[in-house]
Amino acid sequence: MVIVNIHKRNAIKKKLPRFFQYLVLSIITLIILVPIVIIVFGALKTRGEMFTHPYTLPIPAHWENFAVILNTPSFWSMLRNSLIVMLGSTAGVLIVCSLASFIFARMQFRGKDLAFNFLTLGLMFPITVAIMPVYLVVRQMHLIDTLLAVILVQTAFGISGNMLILRGFFTSIPMELQDASYIDGCNAFGFFWRILLPLARPALAAIGALTMIVSWNDLLTPLVILNRDTLWTLPLGTMQFQGQYSSDLALTAAFVTLSALPAIIFYLFAERQIVSGLTAGALKG
Amino acid sequence: MNISQGRRDPLKWQQRINSPRRVQDHLAIFLFLLPAFVIFLLFIIYPIFRAVYFSLFNWNGMGPATVFVGLNNFKQILTDQVFMKAIGNCLLIVILSLAIQLPLALMLAIMVGRDLPGRPFFRAIFFMPYVLSEVITAIIWMGLFSPDPERGFINALLVLIPGVHAQNFLGDMNQVLACVFIVLSWKYFGLHMLLYMAGLQNIPKEIEEAAMIDGANRWQTVRNVTIPLLGSTIRTTILLSVLGSLTQFNLIWIMTRGGPVNASEVMSTYMYRYAFIRFQLGYGSAVALVMLAICLVFSVMYLRLARQPDYLGGI
Repeated sequence: MVIVNIHKRNAIKKKLPRFFQYLVLSIITLIILVPIVIIVFGALKTRGEMFTHPYTLPIPAHWENFAVILNTPSFWSMLRNSLIVMLGSTAGVLIVCSLASFIFARMQFRGKDLAFNFLTLGLMFPITVAIMPVYLVVRQMHLIDTLLAVILVQTAFGISGNMLILRGFFTSIPMELQDASYIDGCNAFGFFWRILLPLARPALAAIGALTMIVSWNDLLTPLVILNRDTLWTLPLGTMQFQGQYSSDLALTAAFVTLSALPAIIFYLFAERQIVSGLTAGALKG
Repeated sequence: MNISQGRRDPLKWQQRINSPRRVQDHLAIFLFLLPAFVIFLLFIIYPIFRAVYFSLFNWNGMGPATVFVGLNNFKQILTDQVFMKAIGNCLLIVILSLAIQLPLALMLAIMVGRDLPGRPFFRAIFFMPYVLSEVITAIIWMGLFSPDPERGFINALLVLIPGVHAQNFLGDMNQVLACVFIVLSWKYFGLHMLLYMAGLQNIPKEIEEAAMIDGANRWQTVRNVTIPLLGSTIRTTILLSVLGSLTQFNLIWIMTRGGPVNASEVMSTYMYRYAFIRFQLGYGSAVALVMLAICLVFSVMYLRLARQPDYLGGI
């Protein structure tokens, strides 16, 4: 009898904190999800429904708002511009950083530490601080209103952090592999291309996924560099759309939902890569 | 002094430098570093020097800068009440982030721990706002904060409480900064929590168990074992959080444009207004440099001061 009681008490003692834990976590989950759900529901209502009962379930669901957005050519051109910028920046960051990280992880030369510290200076200030000076130089180069300028600026600001992550990973690949490849007649580039890069695929995927998200969501660089609306990226276009159609809440909600969709889908598929990229950067930095 | 040896050394050096392997390596080092240096110099370092030059002029961006004003721009910035207000707001956001957002993230990370069932689910949900762009976050929350209970969900909830009226939120000078902070926390606490969870993953479970066996209760274990072992992660998140708070632009610009009446003005919105709305590029450059100086001073000082022994390195 006594034993049973103790068991019971232990079980309660164990279960009570668990219950409390889940309670807190569920409340936070609600706080995170409710704002997102409200906007998605809003997108599925007509303009009138949005006024009469804004917080109810969208039954029956109206898909017209989405159709309206998907039928505007500007949405597709924004999507295309965002894609071009994202792919360009990601390719830029991957190429530039893997080349440089290889040297810093594998080669010896005078002034190596100095060069490395110089390239990681970018970690000390975010892009917002430097956007004004960058604008001056982009203008001087006559690159205003080009997607190339956005790509180059995003790449430049991606160098410091991603190089740090990749160097850490490259350093952990055993030196013997390099010696062996040299004995077999590889040169530095051959080792880099045929052995190091294939081995570093997880790390490359991680910084690639992270750069994609950062580039996709970047507002400030396109805002400053792109004036012509045919070049706008999605965040920029979303901001302008919200200003223009602020009276039609349902339509705005649909636009916001559609422009968030790619990032969310990508996140669900590449969560592991994004997370490992972020944590590798922060824990090494 | 052995002359012959002195003569042989340069020879050896010559041989070494000319050996095919060496030449190839040097060429590789040069070519591999070239893209990184070119882009970095061209788009980060050179612009800053350009900004230093233009900050000495009164320049509206048309034609060459000719009106030299020396350090006048800086003098004007540092005596401008609005800029002081912006710095004050930035500092307030920094303090709130350090006092509320980070401890909350740490608490949740410890709560989820290593093996709570449903851990991946909570992690995915909490991190989702970080993946949404700041534009989308801002638009979502502008809707929630709408002063009209028919449109703003928060007010719709508030008016259900008897005696409580709908609030102005983003339109109220005394509430706007708190609202901005809530949105910032909503978006970024998941990032910090994620980093703490990754840090926790690196701490061997046995250390905490040993403390428990020695008679420490849960709270003592967390305070004296877990948190000190998370030291380097916590230091990183503090740096990220402070730099992020000091330079926050997107959310505030979209939601309030620094208003009402400069109540939510921060350094970056101030800079953007002068540089890109009023097109005073000389003055804007000076503001950017002041921001840069603040960030650099903080980063360097913090990295100096916070370089404590890394507990995990010793394990």
